[in-house]
Amino acid sequence: MKSMTFSKGGMHPHDHKLTADRPIENMILPATVWIPLIQHIGSPAQVLVKEGDLVKVGTLIAKGQGMISAPVHSSVSGTVIKVDTVLDAGGFRKPAVLIKRDGDNWEEGIVRNFDLVKSIDYSPDQITDKINDGGLVGKGGATFPTRVKYLVPPGRSVDTLLINGVECEPYLTSDHRLMLERPEEVVLGSNLLRFTLGVKLAIIGVEENKADAIKILRQTIDAMGLSPPKGFLQAHMKAKAGPSDNPSRAGYIAVIALKVKYPQGAEKQLIEAILGREVPSGKLPLDVGVIVNNVATAHSAYKIVQKHKPMVERIVTVTGDGIARPGNYKIRIGMLVREVLQELGFVPSSNTKVILGGPMMGKTLTSLDVPVTKGCSGILVLQGEQHSRQAVGACIRCASCVSVCPMGLEPYLLEKLVGLGRLEEAEKHAIRDCVECGSCSYVCPAKRGILDYIRLGKAQLMRVKRS
Amino acid sequence: MNSVLIAMLSLGATAALLALILFFVSKKFVVIGDERQVDVQALLPGINCGACGFAGCGGFASALLKAADKGDLADLRCPPGGQPVMDGIGAYFGLQTSSAEKVIAVLRCGGSCQASSTKVHYQGPVSCTVSHGLFAGEGGCSFGCLGQGDCVDVCKFDALSMNAKTGLPEIDAQKCTGCGACLKVCPRTLFFLRGLGKRERRVWINCSSTEKGALARKNCDKACIGCAKCVKVCEGIVGAISLVNNLAQLDPDKCIACGKCVPVCPTAAIMTSFELVKSKLNSIDALVTEVQA
Repeated sequence: MKSMTFSKGGMHPHDHKLTADRPIENMILPATVWIPLIQHIGSPAQVLVKEGDLVKVGTLIAKGQGMISAPVHSSVSGTVIKVDTVLDAGGFRKPAVLIKRDGDNWEEGIVRNFDLVKSIDYSPDQITDKINDGGLVGKGGATFPTRVKYLVPPGRSVDTLLINGVECEPYLTSDHRLMLERPEEVVLGSNLLRFTLGVKLAIIGVEENKADAIKILRQTIDAMGLSPPKGFLQAHMKAKAGPSDNPSRAGYIAVIALKVKYPQGAEKQLIEAILGREVPSGKLPLDVGVIVNNVATAHSAYKIVQKHKPMVERIVTVTGDGIARPGNYKIRIGMLVREVLQELGFVPSSNTKVILGGPMMGKTLTSLDVPVTKGCSGILVLQGEQHSRQAVGACIRCASCVSVCPMGLEPYLLEKLVGLGRLEEAEKHAIRDCVECGSCSYVCPAKRGILDYIRLGKAQLMRVKRS
Repeated sequence: MNSVLIAMLSLGATAALLALILFFVSKKFVVIGDERQVDVQALLPGINCGACGFAGCGGFASALLKAADKGDLADLRCPPGGQPVMDGIGAYFGLQTSSAEKVIAVLRCGGSCQASSTKVHYQGPVSCTVSHGLFAGEGGCSFGCLGQGDCVDVCKFDALSMNAKTGLPEIDAQKCTGCGACLKVCPRTLFFLRGLGKRERRVWINCSSTEKGALARKNCDKACIGCAKCVKVCEGIVGAISLVNNLAQLDPDKCIACGKCVPVCPTAAIMTSFELVKSKLNSIDALVTEVQA
């Protein structure tokens, strides 16, 4: 059988998965944490603590405000030193709470053992509330508050839940390790989210280079009796989007192996790869009856709902040639990147680039005093020539960028239009459809910063629309 | 030979016929425009900078004609042309034009390579707007100049240039027409327009950072740390300086350019367009009493 993937564009950068065989380890507990109040897309959380307050692990320190927002919890037990600002990846100051750690006391009610809870004792509404209270945001990197995805507006319907285990970014292995080491929790989390939506099928999409994860997930699903009957999956994948009639909320989970291709982990690409449904320009996955969540998000949903454990830590791949002990570490949210790197034998030099996230879509740090946040899937340290940009040449219209663009755009043209300030034309050429995967900049033989300009154009268009 | 002749004759005949048609059409369907448009446009500088708010000098000329028909030119002004051009236009229409003081652009950042040492190296596209979206700046200050020179590129009067030593743009007060193009292009709005000042003496706060003093100072030696020393000095004179969000703000309309605030600033964040001579600070006292009287 030909392996499945999305149709337009795409490519395969060298994957450098140095840490794929390193088991998840616990990072040391930090002495202090800086917990930012904005770790999600949307409005900042409203702080609830003040200087001198005692907090435990899991204590709510800021509540979400507005439609799109998420609460923030303390990741250590100790004393609130101050409510101030901390640098974000770009070097801009954002509101944050500084907490000094003292021991490791968890809030009562949080279950920390690994016993599996299989039965779902909550109603879908209770689950979405719990997910919201636990501060769950998309852990793939976009940090969109998860609850908002589950508020399906009346009149719309969802028939499939996709769980994104693609991890197509080079270097990153945190999702891979999670699927390998906690397959039961990932499957239970996926089943929980599937139950919440009331759909019959959840599909976990995993790329073929993670064959071990695919195998273990399939075994787990079989053992739990959640695998779909013969022919069900094929029939479902061929079916058109439609309302899901499932009063009992029972259903199945399937794992699908996908061809290795970047950016398969992008929402729209994943939907097309698995279900063959194209999300129209300017529309959401919801418009084709699909909701997509990351595997790490599904895992956290399980922890939040069944173990009452809010988002206080996450698995981060710390990797790159500049690190003595690369690996996958469970790090408390708010720990500074500087402390993480020092602990792992990082030798700073003047020619080092530290990236939060993967090399394709991550953000370069301007300072190491930046906290690990809910959306931080990796810390990548590159040395010397690995990261330096080469001299920019003239565009020769080779159309390499056009052929790799997964959204079918003309990146070279958009770059030119934005550079000339012709935003209206750029909008006509669907600049807003860009998913910022960076494939165009990656393949450009002239080393042009195509995505830099496209991103700028999108930001400027947003500003024009708002004013 | 014959075929050449035929070709010449037939093409010549066609050309003559078409010329006749064109001549006829141009006479018959001629659009009679406003002759004043050409005259007014000739009075304008003709650089199409757009500082007036219209699309080039042609657009401004049409706007002037419309306004002149209504009998009021007060709202319109050509910043680069200044008073001479506006006087010329006023004389042409026989109407009063607005008379404003000449303004020039001033940079509010002292974050030179020396004052704000490089903490990270930037390798992206050479554009302030792009780098503003990516990071705070090589010196770490998220309010300061990014030094990629968008303002230099946009200036049509060659009044801005990048100083290679400081990494900051420099404004040539002689060439600057106050068109305001640099204000619009700077992603951090570091420029502002202000009057030329009496005897071209100008004082301004050379920083835009609203960060708390210690943090601002950490990024830049020349940052305004919001200590309010200048505010106190000025309070007794004209009260032109106020402190808003950890940043001193100087009102150019009130400022008498006495220069008393300059020596009290602990970070030398106050700039003057003139040489500050210590011995003359005494004579400033006389100026101050004169103003107060």
